[in-house]
Amino acid sequence: MSTHLQVSQGDRHRTPLMSVAGYAAMIVVVLVIAVPLFWILITSFKERQDIYVRPAQYWPSPATTDNYRDTVTSIPFPAYFRNSLIITALLAAAKITLGVLSAYALSLLRFPGRNLVFLVVIAALMVPNQITVISNYALIAQLGWRNTFQGIVIPLAGVAFGTFLMRNQFLSLPGEIIEAARLDGAGPMKLLWRVVMPMSWPTLVAFSLITVVNEWNEYLWPFLMSDNEKTAPLQVGLTLLQNNEGGNNWGPVMAGTVLTVLPILILFLFLQRQMIKGLTAGAVKS
Amino acid sequence: MATVYFDEATRRFTQNDPPAVDAVTLDIADGEFLVLVGPSGCGKSTTLRMLAGLEPVDGGRILIDGHDQKGVRPRDRDVAMVFQSYALYPNMTAAENMAFALRNFGVSKADADARVAEAAKILELEPLLDRKPGAMSGGQRQRVAMGRAIVRNPKVFCMDEPLSNLDAKLRVSTRSQIAGLQRRLGITTCYVTHDQVEAMTMGHRVAVLKDGKLQQVDTPEALYDRPVNAFVASFIGSPAIYLAEAAVRDGHATVHGLDLPIPRETAARAGSTVTIGLRPEAWEVVPEHTAQSVAVHVDLVEVLGSESFVYGHPVAGDEKDRITVKLDERTKIALGDVVHVRPEVERTHFFHTESGESLRA
Repeated sequence: MSTHLQVSQGDRHRTPLMSVAGYAAMIVVVLVIAVPLFWILITSFKERQDIYVRPAQYWPSPATTDNYRDTVTSIPFPAYFRNSLIITALLAAAKITLGVLSAYALSLLRFPGRNLVFLVVIAALMVPNQITVISNYALIAQLGWRNTFQGIVIPLAGVAFGTFLMRNQFLSLPGEIIEAARLDGAGPMKLLWRVVMPMSWPTLVAFSLITVVNEWNEYLWPFLMSDNEKTAPLQVGLTLLQNNEGGNNWGPVMAGTVLTVLPILILFLFLQRQMIKGLTAGAVKS
Repeated sequence: MATVYFDEATRRFTQNDPPAVDAVTLDIADGEFLVLVGPSGCGKSTTLRMLAGLEPVDGGRILIDGHDQKGVRPRDRDVAMVFQSYALYPNMTAAENMAFALRNFGVSKADADARVAEAAKILELEPLLDRKPGAMSGGQRQRVAMGRAIVRNPKVFCMDEPLSNLDAKLRVSTRSQIAGLQRRLGITTCYVTHDQVEAMTMGHRVAVLKDGKLQQVDTPEALYDRPVNAFVASFIGSPAIYLAEAAVRDGHATVHGLDLPIPRETAARAGSTVTIGLRPEAWEVVPEHTAQSVAVHVDLVEVLGSESFVYGHPVAGDEKDRITVKLDERTKIALGDVVHVRPEVERTHFFHTESGESLRA
């Protein structure tokens, strides 16, 4: 009896040592993420000669915004930014639509071979992108789609992760509500839009956010597909910037990096609230 | 409004196991309130879901208004269902929940609103129409679920244990509300419950299921007074009937020193033993031991106000052998007493010991 009590109390109140270890681990994780970001940010405000100095400068002095001006003027930054927006928007829209629709079909519609299709989709998750790059490149180049948006977007629009995530979400919905909607005369599309989707917002927001971040950061394929400002996204632009600067002028590159990260950071700040709201609503649902 | 006919309807979940619903044949009249009752896993919910089109019919058929429903989609059956969990759409207000089906079936916005308002009036839901299910109590959600069914004015209502998530007091009041509403609307209703009090108080007729097989369909009184077998006798009635195996000798059933005469036509069907069934009210407390009485050691006394029940075991018998006796309010009996009780011969049920079938003519 007394042993039980001790064990359960031990579970609830950690020893100070365990708390310290826990916080130490958290601090390490935060540092791993925060230090590079901090370094990027301060470097972007340093003058060129202050970047490589010993001892290192932990605060830009004097601070300058020249790097930002250089970035925007030495490469066609607005064009790359526009391309990034277009590619991310197209890809996110395609992936979210395909993910939701395929997940819906694979979870709530009944048709022969449904589980087989799902297995194939899961198998696709296990094939690394890099393996398909060469054959995709050959195909797209043959179609004459290099330096076009469709050449960048279409090969990337396939979705397995979203199907998997949304299917599990749809399967977790109470079956009786789906049945009630069927009895209430809701057809497949109405069932999806009026009943299934409104109950799945938190997962959809999470999925959308992950998708947008991933597509914004997409590098390898756009880099292979485009080499000019007509279609290349910011990530490729940054590489060109780095090449332009001869590989040792980090100020403008860091400034470009900050500008590239900023839109995603803002998006995250907005959607994060949505996500947390959705998650807690799910947690307290009766 | 419609008639419903189950014609040897069968549902098998797996080929090798016995069917969940086994050749159920059941006729539900237009406007009738039929209650399907039985223990957990007896197939009552599956039977209801087959009627609604949510489960396939693997054998036999189900007819609504004389039309075979094979291949007819749930939404084309004109059946409204109230689920145990209510299954309200969490993103819609009460009014939207109720209007959803109407709008799907092409009813104009104005007509749908009018019908929702009417249903809300009947169910006293008017102040809740703009609330979402998350902001309602269990009883309110239950009423919205009822409202969602009645606005459709369907051919058939299917109700799957709609009261089981309510507290005891609310359940009693809602029970009579639903029964009253059904009589007023006159819509054919199939109601599933495991609670025999609900079954007895709500339905015109009650169908008792066990292991997927229909045992008996009859009015509540007939089920209570003339059960076709020992299972129905034990399932219907609270507290439960006392069943005991008795030896048959010279047209008498003997158990615990009791000597019960068996009616002549019943005796002809009995073997060497018979199962006797005695309901709590079939016993009478007598002041002292007689040849027709049995001494019972009192294990528990339940005083319910207007009546009370004594639970005990025969002094001469096993402790697990439980006799329940209904007492009127004047008789006072204490725990641990030994009382002498005498069964009323004409209220004794006789069942075949092996098959459990009633031996009544």
